[in-house]
Amino acid sequence: MTKLTARNVNVFYGDAHALKQVNLDIRQNEVTALIGPSGCGKSTFLRCLNRMNDLIEACRVEGNICLDGEDIYDPAVDLVYLRARIGMVFQKPNPFPKSVYDNVAYGPKIHGLASSRAEMDDIVTSSLERAGLFEEVKDRLGAPATGLSGGQQQRLCIARAIAVCPEIILMDEPCSALDPIATARIEALIDELKQNFTIVIVTHSMQQAARVSQRTAFFHLGDLVEVGDTDTVFTKPVDPRTESYISGHIG
Amino acid sequence: MMNDRAEHISKAFDEELRLLNNRLAEMGGMAEAQLAGAVEALCRSNAELAERVVVRDKEIDALDLEIDMFSVRLVALRQPVAADLRTIFAAIKISSDLERIGDLAKNIAGRTLAISRFPPLPTTVSIASMATVVQSMIKQVLDAWTARDTQSAADVCARDVEVDQHYASLFRELLTYMMEDPRNIGPCTHLLFVAKNLERVGDHTTNIAEQIGYVVLGTRPPDRQTHDPTNALVPEADSQ
Repeated sequence: MTKLTARNVNVFYGDAHALKQVNLDIRQNEVTALIGPSGCGKSTFLRCLNRMNDLIEACRVEGNICLDGEDIYDPAVDLVYLRARIGMVFQKPNPFPKSVYDNVAYGPKIHGLASSRAEMDDIVTSSLERAGLFEEVKDRLGAPATGLSGGQQQRLCIARAIAVCPEIILMDEPCSALDPIATARIEALIDELKQNFTIVIVTHSMQQAARVSQRTAFFHLGDLVEVGDTDTVFTKPVDPRTESYISGHIG
Repeated sequence: MMNDRAEHISKAFDEELRLLNNRLAEMGGMAEAQLAGAVEALCRSNAELAERVVVRDKEIDALDLEIDMFSVRLVALRQPVAADLRTIFAAIKISSDLERIGDLAKNIAGRTLAISRFPPLPTTVSIASMATVVQSMIKQVLDAWTARDTQSAADVCARDVEVDQHYASLFRELLTYMMEDPRNIGPCTHLLFVAKNLERVGDHTTNIAEQIGYVVLGTRPPDRQTHDPTNALVPEADSQ
């Protein structure tokens, strides 16, 4: 089932045409990987999906992006609510300078998702559990989050994102600052999370795209060149530009 | 074949793929020569040549092992995808088909030593013409691999029918000789295995042709009809 649909999406940074006529469907409970060389538009596209580009002054987005059939660029859309439905995890772990507990509780608190301390405890515990972090931090929930390791911090950010029960999680190179073991943990987590969430991940690692995603979209110079099942894209890509990029050819 | 494709950013990977292709071509040439030697030894009752073919089979086996190990290393270290990945897997499969062709040539050569003790039978002519078809298929498939020529590869697959027909007719011919004179049973049985071996070489050659299609197009052909026309052939009960 399609969760998000992008139709004729064009993005401009001032005069620069960063994304050209992109049409892409994101399917529910699947991991979609966006790959392509630097500057191809994949992160730009990811940021269109929860209107993060609104924060960039010179950025103009045209076209249509619908979540469950509703236009997310409709002026009536409540941005805070939209971003609760479509959460985001960034390249560098960015925990708040607060305790582990408060990092996870922050979102549910501002969205009023818990009516008692006990309910909040439940949300924090289950979010940490789903992020595969609870066992490691259960004895230091009050300790500052910045004291955790990089991989733990990133899982904390994932716990923080899922604490508000989003439908979609956007990930912008979530493992690029992590070592291989922390990366493998996050990848295993992504695989589990797809049962409950729809995930879109931007990655520079083609092996990572191959390992975690069901669908892969290849961007090049602002064009969406090819989108297909990940196993097809990596064994028998259709477009010669995709073939060139994934097999490490020049040009 | 490397020329019509963009080079890799890693020159070393290009070099490794080139080496893989060269090793495979070398192995193909050896299998071709071994079969030619085995058939010549058989047709001319040349025991010395047959002996040499048997000994040289070890060289093909060694190349097969080398190509296998090299391919495993490429997969581990280069993590190839798309056409590169298909090429490497095809190389592993082709090298085992060539290794089998080498074994079959060795088997034919081995039988030459046994058959040469008997007076020659006229079937040699039929064996030689069957071998000519098989040998030209091998040559064509090796050229098609180098050129990544799917049309020529498809042609090789189609020619396997010809080999099967030769095999069926040799089968009948040999049965006739055996029924004529029981003393023919010994050499004819060996010749029957020779014909069967040649038929198998045709099948391995067809396998290689299919790999060419896979490397270029990324798809496998539908299962081909493997039908042994000799299955239904039995000596007439009343002709005993």
